[in-house]
Amino acid sequence: MHLYLPIAGLSVNALVIVLLGGAVGILSGMFGVGGGFLTTPLLIFYGVPPAVAVASSATQITGTSVSGVLAHSKRQGVDFRMGMVLVAGGAAGSFAGGFLFRLLQKTGQIDTIINLLYVALLGWIGLAMARESVRAVLAMRDGKPPPPITTKRHRKWIAALPFRWRFYGAGLYISPLAPLLLGFVTGLLTVLMGVGGGFILVPAMLYLFGVSARVVVGTSLFQGLFVTATTTLVHALTTHAVDLVLAGLLLIGSVIGAQIGSAMVQQVRPERARMMLAVIVLAVAIRMALGLTWQPDAIYTVQGL
Amino acid sequence: MRNLLALLAALPLLLGASEPRLVPDVSNTQVDIAYSFTGADLLLFGAILYPGGRAPAPDTDVAVVIKGPAEPLLVREKAKVAGIWINHASERFRSVPSFYAVATSRPLDQLVSPRTAAIYEIGIGNLLLSPANGASANEQARFESGLIDLKRKSGLYAEHVGAVSVREGVLYRALVPIPARVPVGRYTAETYLIRNGHIVAAATREISIGKSGFERFIAQAAESWPLLYGLAAMLISLLMGLAAAFAFGRVRR
Repeated sequence: MHLYLPIAGLSVNALVIVLLGGAVGILSGMFGVGGGFLTTPLLIFYGVPPAVAVASSATQITGTSVSGVLAHSKRQGVDFRMGMVLVAGGAAGSFAGGFLFRLLQKTGQIDTIINLLYVALLGWIGLAMARESVRAVLAMRDGKPPPPITTKRHRKWIAALPFRWRFYGAGLYISPLAPLLLGFVTGLLTVLMGVGGGFILVPAMLYLFGVSARVVVGTSLFQGLFVTATTTLVHALTTHAVDLVLAGLLLIGSVIGAQIGSAMVQQVRPERARMMLAVIVLAVAIRMALGLTWQPDAIYTVQGL
Repeated sequence: MRNLLALLAALPLLLGASEPRLVPDVSNTQVDIAYSFTGADLLLFGAILYPGGRAPAPDTDVAVVIKGPAEPLLVREKAKVAGIWINHASERFRSVPSFYAVATSRPLDQLVSPRTAAIYEIGIGNLLLSPANGASANEQARFESGLIDLKRKSGLYAEHVGAVSVREGVLYRALVPIPARVPVGRYTAETYLIRNGHIVAAATREISIGKSGFERFIAQAAESWPLLYGLAAMLISLLMGLAAAFAFGRVRR
């Protein structure tokens, strides 16, 4: 069934978009990543203008996150206190990111900088996660207790920060400055790269802070909810690129997918889930790295004035 | 200079009391884009009137040009620098038609001389895009062909050779497909009557392409009430997330 998207200005197969939303929703529910990394390029490939793809997938991620957070919170899988601290840091980071974005946009090289940042960051995170999760899986197979996720070095650095709060869900007694800073960096990078809050948050909470694996996904989704809701509003006000029909179609699939994903992840051992996320992160990084060096399909790109 | 040329070329049209006249029409002067819009076919047809009851000429050709509203564009060119592809040069064009389709009864090069084609902007290669950067002619041509290539691939620029049929030199009809991603706005359909490589008559009709119903409402809301629209988008996504959580909560209990 074909539907016309009023803002994107083209007609799409509604079923394809719903299914795409569903696949992304499952990933969100399982791993706490927003899924913009998948939706945005696929929509652009389908012919949706880039600005509309970015704005509408932000709208979609909001709904997916709500669905995922509710599913996880039913199993006490969200640390709301840590989530709020991350959101506060994220708000400040978004403002800084928006400022930086405009500066880079003037040079016309914003996409190259974003792509390079992306490859470096995701490659590093993916490799670190893969190494740790493979070790953990191997240790489990030999019947040994899994090695601790965080290293002493990181804990010492975080422990040096002043004031301490108890984060019950996360099982931590650390300074709120650490998640505040993490939220800031995530917000900054989310605005700059358009996607990828979860990619940074999930590994950082796991490896840097040692947050209990039970609440990592839910808490990451909680933070993403606020970030993408703000992003939707900013896009609606500035670029006018939010396509409600497109977002609605994606949402139908993804809110259901998030429920399925959050149920699925309960059936998987946490080490294996981390390994799967590591594979996804690495695959995205490799795809982007290749994309930088391969000759693009379109040497010329057009921008309205 | 260009104006003068156009005037000279149009001279036969202005003086042409003895030349035939075109009576053009379009199947729909108003194309509505609704939720199920997947493109449309425009039928352009009409009659050729010969003054004084002269016998119709058999070797008459017709070209139909449909143009969308023009817009200024910035075209960027990527190049490989230190192993990665980056945007390295750009060119501004002041007036790029957002849509351009030409339908002809015979291949363009057999119809009119290159000069006439250039003056009337018949054929994709003859569009005047008004590059504004003052780069070398070579460079401008490179950017132009890049831009035209993009437009062609997205179906917004097209040449339909043989899509016009002329019956006994009196009636003509052309079927021009309009793709789904057509930009909205006021379009012009120009019809040219061509004989012996000369344009002997021309006529213009306007077509307006616009969104209708729900599509129009959404597009207008996004432009006119951005804050409300953004809040509505947030609310819808929140409610859909809640709805899914409730639905699944019920099912699992």
